[in-house]
Amino acid sequence: MEVIMALAVGGMVAGAVYLILSRQYLRVMFGVILLSNAVNVAILTVGRLTTGNPPLIAQGTEVMDHAAANPLPQALVLTAIVIGFSLLAFALVLGYRAYQEMGTLDTSAMRVAEPEEKP
Amino acid sequence: MILTAILAIILAAAVAPTLNRLLPALSHWVLALVPLSAALWFALQVPGVVAGVPVLETASWAPSLGVALSFRLDGLSLLFALLICGIGAFVVIYSGGYLRGHPREGRFHLFILSFMAAMLGLVTADDLISLFVFWELTSITSFMLIGFNHEDARSRRSAIQALLVTGGGGMALLAGLVLMGMASGHWTLSAIAASGADLRAHVLYPAMLVLLLLAAFTKSAQVPFHFWLPNAMDAPTPVSAYLHSATMVKAGVYLLARLNPTLGGTEPWFWALTLAGGVTALWGSAMALRSTDLKKILAYTTLMALGVLVLLIGIGSDGALVAFAGFLLAHSLYKGALFMAAGSVDHGSGTRELGELGGLWSKMPATGLFIAIAALSMAGLPPLLGFVAKELIYEDVFRNGHMVALAVLLLANAAMVATAATLFLKPFLGAPTKAAGHAHESGPALLAGPAVLAGLSLLFGLWIALPQGLLGATADAVRGGAPQSLNLHLWHGLTPALGLSGLTLALGMALYFGLSPVKNSLAAIQRLTRIDHDRAWDCLLSLLQGTANRITSALQDGVLQRYLAWIFAGILLLLGATLVMRGGFTWPGIRLDGDDGLGIVLALLMLGGTAGAIRARSRMEAVLSLAITGMSVALFFLLSGAPDVGITQLMVETLSTIILVLVMAKLPMLPPGPDRSRPAKLFHSVLALGIGGVVTVILLAVLDQPLAMDLSRFFGDTSLVEAYGRNVVNVILVDFRGFDTLGEITVVACAGLGVFALLRARMGKGGQP
Repeated sequence: MEVIMALAVGGMVAGAVYLILSRQYLRVMFGVILLSNAVNVAILTVGRLTTGNPPLIAQGTEVMDHAAANPLPQALVLTAIVIGFSLLAFALVLGYRAYQEMGTLDTSAMRVAEPEEKP
Repeated sequence: MILTAILAIILAAAVAPTLNRLLPALSHWVLALVPLSAALWFALQVPGVVAGVPVLETASWAPSLGVALSFRLDGLSLLFALLICGIGAFVVIYSGGYLRGHPREGRFHLFILSFMAAMLGLVTADDLISLFVFWELTSITSFMLIGFNHEDARSRRSAIQALLVTGGGGMALLAGLVLMGMASGHWTLSAIAASGADLRAHVLYPAMLVLLLLAAFTKSAQVPFHFWLPNAMDAPTPVSAYLHSATMVKAGVYLLARLNPTLGGTEPWFWALTLAGGVTALWGSAMALRSTDLKKILAYTTLMALGVLVLLIGIGSDGALVAFAGFLLAHSLYKGALFMAAGSVDHGSGTRELGELGGLWSKMPATGLFIAIAALSMAGLPPLLGFVAKELIYEDVFRNGHMVALAVLLLANAAMVATAATLFLKPFLGAPTKAAGHAHESGPALLAGPAVLAGLSLLFGLWIALPQGLLGATADAVRGGAPQSLNLHLWHGLTPALGLSGLTLALGMALYFGLSPVKNSLAAIQRLTRIDHDRAWDCLLSLLQGTANRITSALQDGVLQRYLAWIFAGILLLLGATLVMRGGFTWPGIRLDGDDGLGIVLALLMLGGTAGAIRARSRMEAVLSLAITGMSVALFFLLSGAPDVGITQLMVETLSTIILVLVMAKLPMLPPGPDRSRPAKLFHSVLALGIGGVVTVILLAVLDQPLAMDLSRFFGDTSLVEAYGRNVVNVILVDFRGFDTLGEITVVACAGLGVFALLRARMGKGGQP
């Protein structure tokens, strides 16, 4: 399972990088969404995968069953999902405002901070 | 005690601005007490040092690096320390008078006292690294001093030029000193000298020599690095008097003298020093004859003196080193006096141009007298110290038969005679000019320095036995052997040296009276050779700047796409190279079991969604493809025993899609056609596949390693017992890693505020949200 997911993560990262290298702001955003999904899968994968058996402590026992899924990467991924979502929401609104101000979503034409040098 | 002296001067520097505010009329007299008492303490060390017992001092500084603040006071260091503190005290008094009422007088004292402390540290440091640190401090403080009139563009340019030239030399010094330390295995000058390690035979000797000579030649303004010194005369006169005559420019000479016992005496050493010194001496003399500004003239005669000092170290015979010590003292005294007196002339008459000066004798008799005495010492006439020094030089160079050097020295000294006459005769005894009409004598603060220094030039000349011991000890330190007895006299009898002195005088007077044709021919020579170092310097700087500009605009052209491409290429290169070099490629054997079928399906869905997002021509198509990937990831979480994560992913995925669609409604469609050119497509595909591949390889490598489960076990074992929760993931989030979650909530809040602010910004402009 882990090997399959390692391959899937590689594929998603490749797609994300390709999209982020686009000139169109929306495609860059698509790339960012893909990248955060890929990273979350990667984090869970390196903590080793268990089918089913969530990290819960059954009634009547004091400690968690050692065969249960690894809880630590799950906690990390939960945090990462929410942070990724915040980033996406901010970046989307930023793009929306940038379009309102500049009238374009072509990143190579957004040059307020670094205007093109006149030769 | 040496460290105490340095610290006391730094302390005086620190309180100088406040003191100047409290006692504007007196602060310079009070501040001068500090270097003056340091000078007295150093003077008290003279008998011990002359007897051959250097003063040693060590304070630990950075023991883990083996760097100590160790100081050593032998003859050479002591002579320099006395000059620095002694002349320094009078320069402080002088600058108080010179800058009276100047709004930044306190700051000036801060700078000049800091410089004094750095210089004192430089000439007494024994540790190689402290030596370098003090050396750099003198460069930085002199930058502040040369650029003191920072409203003036010329001052700023000169300051930067001096900083770049001497700072570049500082780099070379560090490299050279480190090589020396590595080659000898010792990190103090005295230990290197005492170890008897023959650095001259070491394989690194040529590199050391080149680096250290570069440092010394830039600092002491030897040709071809001489151009910064005349420009540095834009500084206020006290700075010129102090830094550019007695102290900083002599730091390079000090370094050469200090290294002479360990590195000197070889063929390359001899040729490098005598050539650079000789050319500098001739060039300085010629330019001094050509100039008409008093300070410029003095700047060029300083070049001449530095050249002679370097030449004498290069010759390196016993007599040459005694002559070196004598000339060092004589020059510091008369040049300090001349600079300060020239400033007094400027102050009293309002000009430093030779053409506008004349007949000042009746108006400024004291200034005139001190200039006359100092100029006589510069011309090398008896009974002044300059005469003794010149006789020593001639005697040794003649005896050793360095005829070319002798000719150079004869010419340079003749030029000094002519220059000395120029400095005194016309301004003071010539026909009175307009400037002389309103000239007035300067106050005691301006005259104290010239008086004492000129007086010492005379006193030491008449009573040469007084400084004789120290001069001998200096020569011993430069030679680096057993002390030799020394017996100096003002009158040597009828010797060849005396004859050469007479010849110099005759030649000098001929130069003076025939000055205008000489000037013309010098100008012609200069036109012919067209050596304009200042212009060359500017070209070098603009070339450097142009190259930097081109590199910057090539790397940072303002196109986000290319920035990201650089970043990804960097990641790929670094990670890929590390993987290849460390052999990170592993393949943890595939273990397919029953459940993997579902995993394969989910993985294919993720990849399918990815491919769809890339290929999508419309926005909706892309959003739906992304949703396929996101939902597959959520299902994968659920499958892997992570229900909380799966549910969160489902919610966030839904929310993201909604926001995306909402925002997209306000944005234009994806433009038709490809979003990048064909070559870019190829390049980006290679980058993307490369990075994806590297990520997979890294994941496989990580999976091949055993996993440390301690933390997870700890959480599983203590979750219920200590935190009373059965859902371990939740307990980690809200309890064990509660601060992490707090940080996460803060990030979400900030993003929310940011979104709100972005949307409000539009309304502030009066538009619609």
